[in-house]
Amino acid sequence: MNKPFATVLDSATSLQNKTGSWRNVKPEYVNRLPPCNATCPAGENIQQWLSLVQEEKFLEAWNVIMQNNPFPATMGRACYHTCEKTCNRGKFDGAVNINLLERSIGDLAIINDWQIDAAAAPTGKKILIIGAGPSGLSAAYFLRKYGHEVTIYERHIKPGGMMRYGIPSYRLPRWVVDAEIRRIINCGIKLSCNKHVANIKDEMRNFDAIYIATGAPIPAKIDIETNRKTNILDAIDLFKKIEDHHLANTAALGEMLGKIVLVYGGGNTAIDAARTALRLGAENVKIIYRRTLEKMPAHDSEIQEALQEGIEILCLRCISMIDGNKVLLDKMNYDAENNTLSKNGENEIIIADSVIFAVGQYIDTGPLANVDGLVVTEKGSLEVDKNMMTGTRGIFAGGDVIPGKKTITDAIGHGKKSAQCINAYLQGIEITPNAKTEVANFKKINTSYFKTSDPLKIKKFDAISFEEKNISLPNEKIISESRRCFSCGNCFHCDNCYGFCPDNAIRKSPDGTLTINYDYCKGCGICSNECPCGAIKMVAQLD
Amino acid sequence: MTTLTIGNRLDDKDAAEQSKYNRYNGITSGHRACQGCGEALAARCVVDVAHRVTGGNIAVVNATGCLEVFSCVYPENSWRIPWLHSLFGNAAAVATGVASAFVISGKKDMRVIAQGGDGSTSDIGLGCLSGMFDRNDDVLYVCYDNQAYMNTGVQRSSATPILARTATTLPVRGYMGNAAGTGKNVPQIAMAHEIPYVATASICNIRDLEEKISKAILLKGSRYVHVHVPCPLGWGYPPSETVRIARMAVECGLFPLFEAENGVVVGSTPIDNPKPVEEYLRAQRRFAHLFGKNAPPEIIETIQQIASRNLEKYRLSGEFSHE
Repeated sequence: MNKPFATVLDSATSLQNKTGSWRNVKPEYVNRLPPCNATCPAGENIQQWLSLVQEEKFLEAWNVIMQNNPFPATMGRACYHTCEKTCNRGKFDGAVNINLLERSIGDLAIINDWQIDAAAAPTGKKILIIGAGPSGLSAAYFLRKYGHEVTIYERHIKPGGMMRYGIPSYRLPRWVVDAEIRRIINCGIKLSCNKHVANIKDEMRNFDAIYIATGAPIPAKIDIETNRKTNILDAIDLFKKIEDHHLANTAALGEMLGKIVLVYGGGNTAIDAARTALRLGAENVKIIYRRTLEKMPAHDSEIQEALQEGIEILCLRCISMIDGNKVLLDKMNYDAENNTLSKNGENEIIIADSVIFAVGQYIDTGPLANVDGLVVTEKGSLEVDKNMMTGTRGIFAGGDVIPGKKTITDAIGHGKKSAQCINAYLQGIEITPNAKTEVANFKKINTSYFKTSDPLKIKKFDAISFEEKNISLPNEKIISESRRCFSCGNCFHCDNCYGFCPDNAIRKSPDGTLTINYDYCKGCGICSNECPCGAIKMVAQLD
Repeated sequence: MTTLTIGNRLDDKDAAEQSKYNRYNGITSGHRACQGCGEALAARCVVDVAHRVTGGNIAVVNATGCLEVFSCVYPENSWRIPWLHSLFGNAAAVATGVASAFVISGKKDMRVIAQGGDGSTSDIGLGCLSGMFDRNDDVLYVCYDNQAYMNTGVQRSSATPILARTATTLPVRGYMGNAAGTGKNVPQIAMAHEIPYVATASICNIRDLEEKISKAILLKGSRYVHVHVPCPLGWGYPPSETVRIARMAVECGLFPLFEAENGVVVGSTPIDNPKPVEEYLRAQRRFAHLFGKNAPPEIIETIQQIASRNLEKYRLSGEFSHE
């Protein structure tokens, strides 16, 4: 032995001491579901496209949106953005303005004429879609991507459905709708407008599958005592009149409505109708609603904007009689606990030049009548199973025609899901539902690593007009707002785990990829605790 | 950076050395520190950034203590730099000798770090340390303060906070842990020597720690950096909480982050909304007796007063701009 005095072992690095054996729990990188994605009716991967916007990769971000939603610019305006309501940042300093970012990216796509990727190889299958609204067009887009041959029949002279005939142009300008529809149709979809399908049964012979997306275009009626001189119309008819005449006859319409206009209803359509009346020249617009302001189904931001424009909302009132320009209102009591309404015996008469009804819409059951297996529910919706198929094999339905929340975003989501189901049906395969991913809730966020910053707030309206207010954000604003995203549940490469590991058990490669070296990880869990976005999970070490 | 994280893929300009894929890892894996050791983490941060700033020209003298014991178990060694251990109390003196040896042998670029725990710094080696400060020897002394003798079984040191339970300050009838009115404040002692640079740092803020070390390692003369390193074993909290505990100590004002030059405080890291000390104390078993049924209710207030005094003394409300 040729070693210095009292030395019997070769000196060595501590790397030979595999401290990973101490561990009873181990960290794992996970992708948890961000709350925005979890609530998006169209199933958008919001966190993912925001992360691309953060890197100024706008085209890539747009492509990610287009994987789930072919209408970014439209949705960036007309969507009620449930994502922002659940945004974890809302519990910190204000939700990320996802809606405005989607609009900005959508507008960039239109301005730069970004196109959709080519469809898959032709499958030879033919599909008919009835109705070119958000749901029908969304289904067409996804089915075309699978390589199917898609035909759309639309009964109006222009496609768009409720995007055109249900939402006024100051909220959703038609150049946006037209551009996004044109992009979808250009993928190789046959669109026949002004074509009414009287009987679905006759079409079944010519197509391998049919998707019913006829919506709910029939305005609901309420039985109210009226006399002949009364000026009453439905919100939907008003919108259609404006749309079909390209705003040419607004003066005549305004004259017809008069100066004092009542709108009956509490949904978004009622708000849209009231604001439209204001734009047609009415001086005094009141919304009459049965329940309390808190119970109004209209979206809160819409209500606020209407109030800002000077629209009055009279709650707890029902119209009981309309006599010429006198409208008799019953005052109501509302019991919030039991959700019941009762008259309190008091009355009120207000003067109005016209009354607009916006009390709901029904589906048109005419074309469904002769088909065996189609079931219309008591509430007047077409029944479908979990795969969006009606009682008749090969006939699917989605959008406002089936039960649901009846928003445009839901309709787009139905279109996507139906396309998957129709494709599976045509290929003869089963759809395996995605495994439920854990949602990254606020508790998973380590807010110590975020600075507070004010959310980007932009006034969407400043003048009462049918023109949309032009909001074009500079790139820096788009990027800085996107960088407020917490990236809930998904690693954004902050290197906290790498930097805080006392055992150097996390390795970082030159391209930034992080891996855990379980040879040395002692399972302390600091990485998981200090992960700002909840992307590291501690799991039991069983072996 | 938009976030307060160690790095960020969107902005690596201000990222810490610890976020770099090619950081040196001066203390390598396989060391025998407990799970969640704050000291092992802090030592790597200090050595890596010093290694980067000096272009690899550093040597480290280590006092006896946890850091020495867990990193250097015969025949294994975790250090990837010139590293020397002698005794418990003489690290500062040995480092002085090493620094002189470099000067004499013409290795003028070599920078020397002496390091140890709070035991070797504030108790056993305080004499040597004070001598080093007195002569203004060209050494950066780094104290990793885990507030007791941890590797021998959690005995009290003069850096143990008041009212804390240790093996030698057990709360028994009539005694509430470490007696109030005892202990030393080594950063203040160092400042009293009017050496060129004194700073405090915490492992909860690695970018700040690295900034201070980068500055200190290049200065001439005696420098002292005091790093707060929570200890899961001795303080009684789960190993995963180490960084959080460190952060709580800073956020309540009990561990102020400041810099001093020539004996005068020149900057401190402001605290936006100082948190009550109770949250920090409750998270650790060494303070559990303060919340027991026999504890006088006003006892927390004595600790709160220390934090409040720090807020004023180091002007943590933001009077110094340190960002």
